[in-house]
Amino acid sequence: MAADKAEMDVLKKECDGLRTQIEAARKGVNDGNMSSAAGSATDVGRVQLKLRKSLKGHLAKIYSMHWASDSRSMVSASQDGKLLVWDTHTGNKLVAVPLKSAWVMSVAFAPSGNLVASGGLDNMCTVYNIKAASPKTLRELDAHTGYLSCCRFLSDTEIMTASGDTTCCLWDLETGKQKIIFTNHIGDCMSLALSPDENTFISGACDSLAKLWDLREGTCKQTFSGHTSDINAIQFFPNGNAFVTGSDDCSCKMYDLRSDQEVITYQDASLNAGVTSLTLSNSGRLIFAGYDDFNCHIWDSLKGEKVGVLSGHDNRVSCTGVPADGMGVCTGSWDSFLKLWN
Amino acid sequence: MTINTMAKGGWHRDQMSCFRKMEKVIVAMQDPDMGMKMRNQRLLITVIPHAMTGRDIIDWLMKKYNICEEESLHISGLLVRYGYIYPLKEPRSLVLRPDESPYRFQTPYFWTSTRWPASELDYAIYLAKKNIRKQGELMEYEKERYSVLHKRINHTWDFVVMQAREQLRASKQRRKADRIVLECQEQAYWLINRPPPGARNVLDMGLERPNNTARVTLNSEHYKNEIDTCKRALGRNRVKSSICLEGFVKYSEQYQNHDPIMQGCLPSNPWISDDSAHWTMNLETVPTPTRLRVERWSFSFMELLNDEMGRREFMTYLEKEFSGENLGFWQACEDIKHGESSRIVEKVEEIYRNFLAPGAPRWVNIDSKTMDKTLSGIRHPHRFVMEDAQMHIYFLIKKDSYPRYLKSDLYKNMLAKGIVPQETKKSVFPFMRRQRHSSPSPAQVATQATEEGGNAKGAGQAGTNSAAGSNV
Repeated sequence: MAADKAEMDVLKKECDGLRTQIEAARKGVNDGNMSSAAGSATDVGRVQLKLRKSLKGHLAKIYSMHWASDSRSMVSASQDGKLLVWDTHTGNKLVAVPLKSAWVMSVAFAPSGNLVASGGLDNMCTVYNIKAASPKTLRELDAHTGYLSCCRFLSDTEIMTASGDTTCCLWDLETGKQKIIFTNHIGDCMSLALSPDENTFISGACDSLAKLWDLREGTCKQTFSGHTSDINAIQFFPNGNAFVTGSDDCSCKMYDLRSDQEVITYQDASLNAGVTSLTLSNSGRLIFAGYDDFNCHIWDSLKGEKVGVLSGHDNRVSCTGVPADGMGVCTGSWDSFLKLWN
Repeated sequence: MTINTMAKGGWHRDQMSCFRKMEKVIVAMQDPDMGMKMRNQRLLITVIPHAMTGRDIIDWLMKKYNICEEESLHISGLLVRYGYIYPLKEPRSLVLRPDESPYRFQTPYFWTSTRWPASELDYAIYLAKKNIRKQGELMEYEKERYSVLHKRINHTWDFVVMQAREQLRASKQRRKADRIVLECQEQAYWLINRPPPGARNVLDMGLERPNNTARVTLNSEHYKNEIDTCKRALGRNRVKSSICLEGFVKYSEQYQNHDPIMQGCLPSNPWISDDSAHWTMNLETVPTPTRLRVERWSFSFMELLNDEMGRREFMTYLEKEFSGENLGFWQACEDIKHGESSRIVEKVEEIYRNFLAPGAPRWVNIDSKTMDKTLSGIRHPHRFVMEDAQMHIYFLIKKDSYPRYLKSDLYKNMLAKGIVPQETKKSVFPFMRRQRHSSPSPAQVATQATEEGGNAKGAGQAGTNSAAGSNV
């Protein structure tokens, strides 16, 4: 027993040593900060988005939403046990998918528009074909030992999932089997995002760390720390060189992948509610972050200032999303409504 | 969302901040000088002071915080829903009516945040009191809960009944007005902390995530993996921050005109004008693409490749230069990577026949090392067998053909021909002279005199909003 503990201590020390070296390497390239770099950028001023549409149809809390790549359809998941596919232009519901388990936490639209996936406390990711006459269950991906917190399609043949069992997983939809399991987090994985070139992805977890992974090799390429509580939301900056995280510690942070470190924190003394979700506008300039205080605050990503607020929900904002064409923002809330703003 | 939920004496952090904010507003409303004007409520012969109308509340909030009526309605609605203000007529309907309906402040003793969490014992005493007062005429759901509680805390039931009787006796000693007020306050508190079935439970914390603390065992195995990961992470190439940060700024600036939330979009934003012309103009394939779209092709090679029309145009250019096979090869490799597994072998063979075999009709020029590696890989085809070759060709096109394409007449003509839609004018009334813009820029970009001549919106930029003030 003592020998084991001694071995562990040695290993721990080596780990800590390496981490110190990584920090030193990061400091070594840190020759600037965001506020000076952004000094030349034009001021955004006060951003006032108007509520354009309110989509009513769910009967209980909305937990997740995802835009289709055509920027018109959108799928939302609610505790009432349904997935609804909307035509956001007309406000009509196109498809209603009844769920076997109402405890859904995440939903995703495939880039092709043919499939949607959802999962939650049932520990499974279920993929549905919504182009069939009536929604058909295509696959039930059942191997996680914890709840499903997030899922994202790579194509009609591959899907990524993040789970409360601390792993992320790449599945082959043709066989329904796991292709690669990504293990390294020591807390529940809460969120994941695919890089624009789909070679890497990032994940945020309850261990307050964000990690960058190689999709093909299955390895963790880098770990980013800084948050002091669960990371609930994570999104790439549109050029794929940085990502933004939102956490229960009431702040959002941007991490740069090339200089390998945190570049700016978005926080405000008056904001003492956790961040539940976030999304960026097409140019990456604006960050829309949903908070537990029922509002969605808008940040200037470069200058680090709060530039606006979307308030209109009567309960927590649980999900936000900007469509591919960047037309506006959609917010979904526990008050069972989805709102479109721009 | 942290895993631990409501522990005794603790408070789930999520809701606390909202409550504190609401409490600040309530305290301001009760300020003796600047606060709300109170009125008296008449209940038959009893006069109860310190009431206010819904209308007064809305107006006060609008004035104090300088907000519009819609926002004021929303905030006051929240104050009612969370129990800081309760309605005197129709106490079960927790909404704020912007009219003469009377409301009163909840006493801090009964604020949800003060007495958190609401205890079963207190609820039992409350129901017991009501039961005695109404001689058994409780509401259906209250009867059910009462009997459930009776079973669950049966061992303290004598205490419950005793307390109930005691409190009822004490209240009889009070003035009628005070008694009525206390009853209202208590009822309001329980309507929120134990809502009737079907009513919204505002204190709902959401899905309780199973608390599984023993997920990852931190043993030697774990640390060995950590060390490997750290070594890998240490070896990463790092770029100076100043360069990276500048990159973000440049990117945002470059894409600002292409970001409808920042700059609006032409002819109009379909969400605002209900006119889907913008989407029609920007379909995957259109006879003439918009100028903004063609402009994006010059931002990066990926932008060009990701756009089907861009790829087609680029292919036309490459064919002219007799290097179309490169793009063809790249596309075929992409097809293997993202397509069905069953067709991989067939597709790999096709690629070999068309692009790699000696004397192939569309032979691509790959360096010998990569070619050897690829050829041996083909013997056991898999999804990523073409990866190295594809990368090689990708960088070849990107460094060589792509920049030349951007300088070519083909591209320049495309850019010049690109459509710049006219902003759809949206007039509300025929006789209104100033027409509303159907594509406002929500982000009020401060005008910057960058161009000489001071044209605020930069006359040199294609596809921008009409200079006639698109700021809302």
